[in-house]
This record gives sequence, structure tokens and C-alpha cells, in this order.
Amino acid sequence: MALLRVDNMTHYFGGLRAVHNYNLILEPGHIVGLIGPNGAGKTTIFNLLSGIHTPTEGNIELDGHNLIGHQPHKIASMGLGRTFQNLLLWRHMTVLEHVKMACYSQLEYGVLGAFFGSRRCHKEEKRITSKAMHLLETFNAAQFSSQLAVSLPYGAQRRLEMARAMATNPKVLLLDEPTAGMTPDELNRMITIIRKVHQDFDVAIFMIEHRLKFVMDLCERIQTLVFGEVIAEGTPDEIKNNPHVIEAYLGKEDVT
Amino acid sequence: MEEQNTKVQQPKKGFRAWLQKLVGGIPLIGWLLAIFGAVLIEYFLGDLISYYLGLPKIPVLFGFLTVLKKPLLMPGTTGYLTLVYVLPILLIAKSLRKPANKLAAFLDKGPVSVGAVIHLGLFYGAMHFWTDLSDYRLLVLKLTMIAIMLTLSINVINGYMGEFSCSHPGFMALGAYGASTITLLLFANDKLFGDALLPEALGLYFFPLALIAGGLIAALGALVIAIPSFRTRGDYLAIISLSFLFIVKSLIENLEFIGGPRGMSSQPNYSNLPMVFTVMVLCIWIINNFVRSTMGKALNAVRDNELAAEVMTVNTRKTKIIAFMFGAFWAGVAGGLFAHVLRYVNPGSFGIQRLAEILAMVYFGGLNSVTGSIVGAVSISILSEALRPLAIYKWIIIPLLLILVMLFRPWGLISFTEFNPKELMKPKKKRIEEQ
Repeated sequence: MALLRVDNMTHYFGGLRAVHNYNLILEPGHIVGLIGPNGAGKTTIFNLLSGIHTPTEGNIELDGHNLIGHQPHKIASMGLGRTFQNLLLWRHMTVLEHVKMACYSQLEYGVLGAFFGSRRCHKEEKRITSKAMHLLETFNAAQFSSQLAVSLPYGAQRRLEMARAMATNPKVLLLDEPTAGMTPDELNRMITIIRKVHQDFDVAIFMIEHRLKFVMDLCERIQTLVFGEVIAEGTPDEIKNNPHVIEAYLGKEDVT
Repeated sequence: MEEQNTKVQQPKKGFRAWLQKLVGGIPLIGWLLAIFGAVLIEYFLGDLISYYLGLPKIPVLFGFLTVLKKPLLMPGTTGYLTLVYVLPILLIAKSLRKPANKLAAFLDKGPVSVGAVIHLGLFYGAMHFWTDLSDYRLLVLKLTMIAIMLTLSINVINGYMGEFSCSHPGFMALGAYGASTITLLLFANDKLFGDALLPEALGLYFFPLALIAGGLIAALGALVIAIPSFRTRGDYLAIISLSFLFIVKSLIENLEFIGGPRGMSSQPNYSNLPMVFTVMVLCIWIINNFVRSTMGKALNAVRDNELAAEVMTVNTRKTKIIAFMFGAFWAGVAGGLFAHVLRYVNPGSFGIQRLAEILAMVYFGGLNSVTGSIVGAVSISILSEALRPLAIYKWIIIPLLLILVMLFRPWGLISFTEFNPKELMKPKKKRIEEQ
């Protein structure tokens, strides 16, 4: 059974059709890529999946549960983690606090426990602190744990965002341009990290990416989105040679 | 460990080095003991010292009032302050440095609560003897403690959550009237509600319950604001909460059964120093617990980026509503205490002027910081009392100070810090000696 399944999803912003008849089947353990020119609606699809917008039509199912109409935090705690294209970090919080914050829905103490500093509250805080430290070590960011996240170098901020997304215990991880603004060197490191996440945490990954090398390296299947519609879907090789894709990216070949 | 060593080797120069040499390495308990000693000296010898220095009576509020009224008494007042406060505190603190450090180390090994109770007990003792000399001091101290609660509770909303709420005096009024109604109805013979329904002896025991009831009423009021205004972010909350403040005020003015514009008077004298002190300590403790837990840190996440918080599983709407009601609750409790300190409330005391005062305290002291709130509340309250003889010019000096703070520290004096009682009570090594 598909882990994440999207059927005929369509979304309008007012009169603008941003996504049209979008379908996706993501099997457990797979990595699927989504490519397309700027403004094709890739990030909109992510926002629809994670509940920030509600699709005008269509159906989204995660592990057999319907996601339509739930609030984003509910969807996230059901197992849909994501990162953002433009790193949404919290300005006044430390690296460790970032990762701990993502464990919010797993906290097993109530507001009263937090007010009175109950024993369970301390225990839970300790538990998520060690969980967060473990995650930071996995992403090679433990040495920054007490620094403010905004003071980190760019690559480390990206790794922190991945660690934060993984702290929500996702079954499906949505990566929105994980390599935006990275040097080729950092790019290769990111490939290793994503591979590692994929293996160690057993998540299915769905990612938006512009750099074809990256997508071709990692993904088993690729979708190409143009003006809100999928024009091609297949293995990296099929996509590379698909005339529609070439046309969308490079324009029509002049045959005279 | 390594970090500490590098700190030791850092050479310090100038005023800071001198200050470090003079007062460095003394733990909090040493200072508290020294303050206690100084207060005892004033308690027993204050009259004598002020007589020999040619002062008419003991300077009540560190001599500010005396000097501003009669500038010629400046030398005497300065001498009094030196003899009674500065010198004894320095001498006792310095001479007790070693035993105090040992004591602090001993307390550090035990649970935090024991250490905290001992520190607070010592502090309360000092306050008790200090206020015993004059009723004016007692009043100022109680109002300062209430101001601390108000500042801290508005900091939860304006600082930690980053919304701009203007309805704090309204919550305070709800709490004040709620608690007063209960105590007047049950335990006092007064004009509005007639004879007491319960024996007066029970009153003091029921008073905390009345305070909590007042706080809950304020929290309910907060819920009324929160539901419509937290759907969106931005200036909406500021506008809605400001209108709420005026609604509450005119509502109370028009409800005859709680006194209308004449207000409520002859509340029983339940807000004594131990009561106000205990409630304030509880307030600081609970708010500090909350803002240090991950559940409370969710407020910061909501403030810094709500979308990211939501996607990281934080229920932002619930978080915001809870924090808003929490802040309002403590404002209500503070209002209840306030009504029983002055033993008179009228709608006029919960207007825009009170709001300006509370906002000044929180922005002066520092956003997102418990220490900052305490510093802000204490300094603005004491300052506004001390400058009272200047009458209207007081309101030139205090805003000027605020402008200066905003220029040099836009977030307030002590902002974005964590208040950790354990760290505060730790023994201190004298670093200068090791150089």
C-alpha cells in the first residue's frame, strides 16, 4: 500500500489554477523527486500536502489516513515532516531548542505540569533533550547545540533544519530544495546526509530540487511539473530524454 | 572547566576590574546576609544615626524624598546612606565571603527548593524589618511586588509571545473587582453587600481562593479577546485589547451594584506583606517554570516564525490562547492583591495611565526575560515614588530614561535571558586572587 497517496488534487488561488489534477503515489522507502521551472507550483504542492493550504479538489492520504481538513500541526504529528526552501529558523532560539521544539507533539505532560515543573515534565524534558542531542550528532551539528541557530554557517543551518524535521518522527519527509545556495562541495555532503537519513530512519522522501545531478543521483522516480500539471513521470533516465521535459526547460527545437 | 580557566586569565582593566576586586566572589546568600545586617543596623540604630546627622527622621526611601524636598539635607542623607547601607553591606559581605561561599556550596548540593526557601526567607526577613520602620515603605514595597507580577505577566504576552496586548489594566480590574466582591460579600460588613455571610476569622484563609477566582475571571476575559483576534497576526490584538480595556472600564463604571464610578471600598486588610510576597514568589516561580519548558518555548517559536512552529507540530492557536489567558490570570491575581493593598478600587485606577506604566516597566526591563521584568518593575516603581516631589516633571524624567534605554538597548535592559535559580545561588570563586 502506498504511504502517501494523492488523487486528482486541484488547487485554485482565486481564479488562478496553481495545481491541476495532480497525482502521487509514494511507496514506503522510496525517494521521489519533483522538478519543474520556477513558478510551476512545486512549493504549492508541498504546502497543500502539509496542510498550509487546503486543496480545492482532490484527496490526500497518509498511511491510510485522510489529511484533508486537518491543521498543519496535526498533519505534521501524523508523520509528514518537511523543510522549507528559505530556512524558517527561529531567531531567538538555540540549536538545541529548535530540535526540542519539534518534539512538541510527543510531550507527555500538560500545561499544568509545565507551570509547576512536575516530575513528569522534568523527565520528558530530559528525554527529548537526549533525543535532540542524538539527532544533532547524526547531522553533525551537536557542537553548535547551545548557539543561536541564526548565527550558524549556512550549511549547518540546512543540517539543523533536517534534524528539526526528523525530530517530528516523520514517515514521509518533504524536502523543499535542500541544496538551494550550496557549493558543489556542500552538495555532495548533502547527498550523503540524505542517503543516511533515508537508510537510518526508514523514511520515504519526496523532494523538490533544481539541480539535476542531485535528483538523478538520489531519486528512483521523478515528476516534472509545468504550470501546475505533471507533464512527465518516470525514472531519471526517462525524464532526461523526455522531449516534453527538454521543451519545458530549454524551449522548442527550431526545425526549419 | 576549560571555559572557566580562560575566563580567569582574561585581564580586566579599569572600573570593572576595580569593582570585581571590591565585590567579586560573593555569592547571593552573602549579599542577602549583608542586606539583612544593614537593615538590622537601621532598625536599631537608625534613629540615633539620623539624629546625629541632623536629619529630622530616618530617610524613608533612600533619602530621595528628603533631598528633593530640602536640598540642604543632602550631606546628612548621603552620610546616612553610607553609614547605614553602603558601608555595612560592603563590610559584612566581604567579611562573610568565605563562610557564605561554604554555605552556598553546601546548599548547592541539596535540592534547589531548600536553597531557594532559605534565600527567600532571608530576603523576607530583611524586608520585614525594613518596612517595620514606616508604613510608607510597606506600601511602596507591596505595590512594587504587585508591579513585578504585572510586568512579568505582560512579558509573557508582549515579550515571549511577541504580540502587543494593551488590556492588562482591564484584566487587573476584572481581578480586583472579582476578588473584592468575594471578600466584601463574604467577610466584611460594608455598604454595597451588607453584612458578612461568613465569620471574619475565615477571611484570610479564603483570600487566596478569592484571588484565584479573580484571576480566573480575568482569564475568561482574555479568552473573549483571544478567540477573535488570534485568527490572524499583526496589529489586531493591540486594537482589540485596547478596546477591551475601555469596555471593561465603562462596564464597571455603569454597574451600580459594584459601586459604579464611586468604586468599592473597605476591603479587609488581607494583602499583608507575607501574603503579597508569597503570591509574588509563586507567580515568578510558575511563570519561570513555564517559559523554560519546551511547552513555554513554543511561544518563542510562534513569535519568531509561526508557520515553522505549526509545521513542527506545535499547536500554535492553543499555545497562543493558553499563554494569553495565563498572562491575564496573573494580572487578575495582581489586581486582587492591589485592591486589598489600597483597600479601595475605582474604575479610574485601571485606565490608560496604568497601561503606560506597565508597558514602560516591561520595555525598560527587557523583553523575554524574567530578570528583566523584575529589574524593570522595581526600578520604575521605586523611581516613580522617589521622584514624587518633582510632581509633573517626574513624567519628563522617566520617559527620557526610557528613550535612552530604547536607543542603546532596543530590547530593554536585560532581555532574552533565562532565569535559573540554581545558577543564581551558586557559590562564587574569587577570580582575581588566582591571577
